[in-house]
Amino acid sequence: MELLMGNEAIAMGALAAGVQFVSGYPGTPSTEVLETVAKRRPEHVYVEWSVNEKAALEVAAGAALAGARAMVTMKQVGLNVASDPLMCLNYIGVKGALVVVVADDPGPISSQTEQDTRHFARYARIPVFDPQTPEQAYRMVKDAFEWSEKYHTPVILRPTTRVCHGCAAMEVEEPAPAREIEGFVKDDSKWVIFPRTSFLAKKRLFAQETEFADALSEYSENCIWGEGKLGIATGGGTAAYVKENDLPAKYFAVGTPWPFPEKKALEFLEGLDAVLVLEELDPVIEDALIAVCGKYRLDVKILGKRTGDIPAAGELSVESAGACMRKFLGIECAEEKPAEMPALPVRPPVLCAGCPHRGSFYAVKQALKGRKAVFSGDIGCYTLGNAAPLNMVDTCLCMGAGVTMAQGLARMEKDTVHVAFIGDSTFFHSGIPGVVNALYNNADEIIVVLDNSTTAMTGHQPHPGIGKTMMGGVQPAISPVEVLKALGVKTWRANALNLEEAKAAICEAAEETGVRAVVLESPCIAIVKKKAAMAIDRDKCIGCKKCVREIGCPAISIEGGKARVDKTLCTGCTLCAQICPVKCIGKEA
Amino acid sequence: MYSCLLCGVGGQGTVLASRLMAQAAMEKGYFARTAETIGMAQRGGCVVSHVRVAEGDIASSLIPVGGADVLVGFEPGEAVRCLKYLKPDGLAVVCKTPVAPVMASLKGDEYDADVMMEYLKANAKHLIVLDAEEIVRVCGTMRALNVALLGAVAASGKMPLTMEEAENALRKKIKPELLEINLTALKYGAGAKEE
Repeated sequence: MELLMGNEAIAMGALAAGVQFVSGYPGTPSTEVLETVAKRRPEHVYVEWSVNEKAALEVAAGAALAGARAMVTMKQVGLNVASDPLMCLNYIGVKGALVVVVADDPGPISSQTEQDTRHFARYARIPVFDPQTPEQAYRMVKDAFEWSEKYHTPVILRPTTRVCHGCAAMEVEEPAPAREIEGFVKDDSKWVIFPRTSFLAKKRLFAQETEFADALSEYSENCIWGEGKLGIATGGGTAAYVKENDLPAKYFAVGTPWPFPEKKALEFLEGLDAVLVLEELDPVIEDALIAVCGKYRLDVKILGKRTGDIPAAGELSVESAGACMRKFLGIECAEEKPAEMPALPVRPPVLCAGCPHRGSFYAVKQALKGRKAVFSGDIGCYTLGNAAPLNMVDTCLCMGAGVTMAQGLARMEKDTVHVAFIGDSTFFHSGIPGVVNALYNNADEIIVVLDNSTTAMTGHQPHPGIGKTMMGGVQPAISPVEVLKALGVKTWRANALNLEEAKAAICEAAEETGVRAVVLESPCIAIVKKKAAMAIDRDKCIGCKKCVREIGCPAISIEGGKARVDKTLCTGCTLCAQICPVKCIGKEA
Repeated sequence: MYSCLLCGVGGQGTVLASRLMAQAAMEKGYFARTAETIGMAQRGGCVVSHVRVAEGDIASSLIPVGGADVLVGFEPGEAVRCLKYLKPDGLAVVCKTPVAPVMASLKGDEYDADVMMEYLKANAKHLIVLDAEEIVRVCGTMRALNVALLGAVAASGKMPLTMEEAENALRKKIKPELLEINLTALKYGAGAKEE
């Protein structure tokens, strides 16, 4: 028995199923799937972090066309980036097998959107398996490989955050031994997408829907239990909350939301007066049941998000699911009155103590003091630069959008300095085309690359700027500075934690026009050894609180009117010492 | 079924403590589920770990409100925030040393941990209090806080985890050079008495 996280279970299931090729791009809550493959893989299994999700899906599709069992991992918004290959891939199908693991994030807890990958599955006509627990995720990823190989279709596995990051005690099999593959066989009627092939494929895909739905009605992970006139339908992580409440009703847990197991649904709906659908994100099962009732003219009332019986957004919980279920089943429950509590400390996520982004944001803020400026942000730890007291992120949309949105803003607001912040991993992910676009279209903006030598937010994955690969090799690192220079961008570089140096670089760049870049470098504090902590000479401290008011480092607090450094948090970055007006902060002896 | 909720601030080591507890129960043949906070919320935010162990199956990895046998509070304000999860006769093990939120320093409010401790004393039927400064004095580092809290849980007998099992779990999971400190912390925590 092993205590495995859902993401680890998915990796172990894929290895047991004989996966040979795994690619992906980091994104919470999906990241540990690929990391576990890298840690536990036999030698014959290939694994890579790709530069973005589109590349990841395409390299895996290539491997599958050669006959391999391939897997791709990403978070839900990553699938937006990979949607171009995804929407086409079902038309040509795959040889071997291809499982696309896309982790959804109800809440959202760590994402820009609360989008639902089950829609993408239906839109792209790709079967989707939706696990409820880590153990089921382990079984389902193996089934997904079988399904993909049998029907020559990509298959999506869609765990949600609580399944990805929940752990369960389970037995797992050993990784499968290396398999022989046939290799790529040329056939341009099959592998080259053309209008004629697509027309024929669409007919095939449409017909397949019924065949798949019938087969999935027999699938053991779509199950019915209990009895009565009132039914409760659920799926994904929500099923656990429903089961925990364990109230008398007839139940339907949907393991494959698309193609919807219609025959199984009819068996569930038989004899029911009403159904309550409990699911997170969008009303997908709810809509499918409404469609079945319409198609077969069944007089069963379907309640859920569309009727206001289930909250429209956010995670469900054992309590909220239980309250909805009791109301639906007519079970009395005592009114919970909230306990009176003292005012609790507010703890929004903040940049870590010693984070070089704090230095970068502060330097840019100081350099452009008194000038009208807009700061376009991007996705990563540095999105946290929006918080007080830095207030240095004015926009954030999606990966790579900082550079391009700044271009549009600058075109309309000529009296303003436009700055786009972008992290190193995001630069490689989708930042470079934005830089090329800005150059080609004669934009006016300062691109500030926050280079901390890692993909920090998702837990420190390597990327092309580091050169280390998941296969344990080292490739020549691709430097953002060299890339920018090669494109013809006037580029400065400075140490993010040397305030004067960083400020000077920004000031020089601000004096020019056109597309220019400043690369601010300093490694993420989580990947380097901590330096000696700072100490405050409390006799010298005048209690001006500049160190708290201006940089907001979590290691500094005010105690008895004077600043105090928490030695367990301080990394010795020296930024506070650089701004202290009375020089009362120094390295601890 | 036994349920333990651990809460604190990102970086305090709640995940390791929850893993050790689940691992030890599994080795005795229990089934275990845990759930943890990973990702953006870790950056100085509130973190919560759920540990549930049982002889049979467990539906949800998340502990319902009023369902925890033990609440481990790594920080007083966080313990207050999560007290609703504790059963009426459950045990709260709390470190009374506050972690000041950046927001409080910015607004100039000084965060008063004593108010939190008063609330816990008034509302938790069984309460064990640890002091991080004492842990630093005994073990030499604040990083041993999680293991000290684990020691208090093991000694209480409220979870299926004996001192001996906790010690074995540490021997397996902790780097040899840090083992001595952690064993000291475990014993220190076990010595703490109910208020």
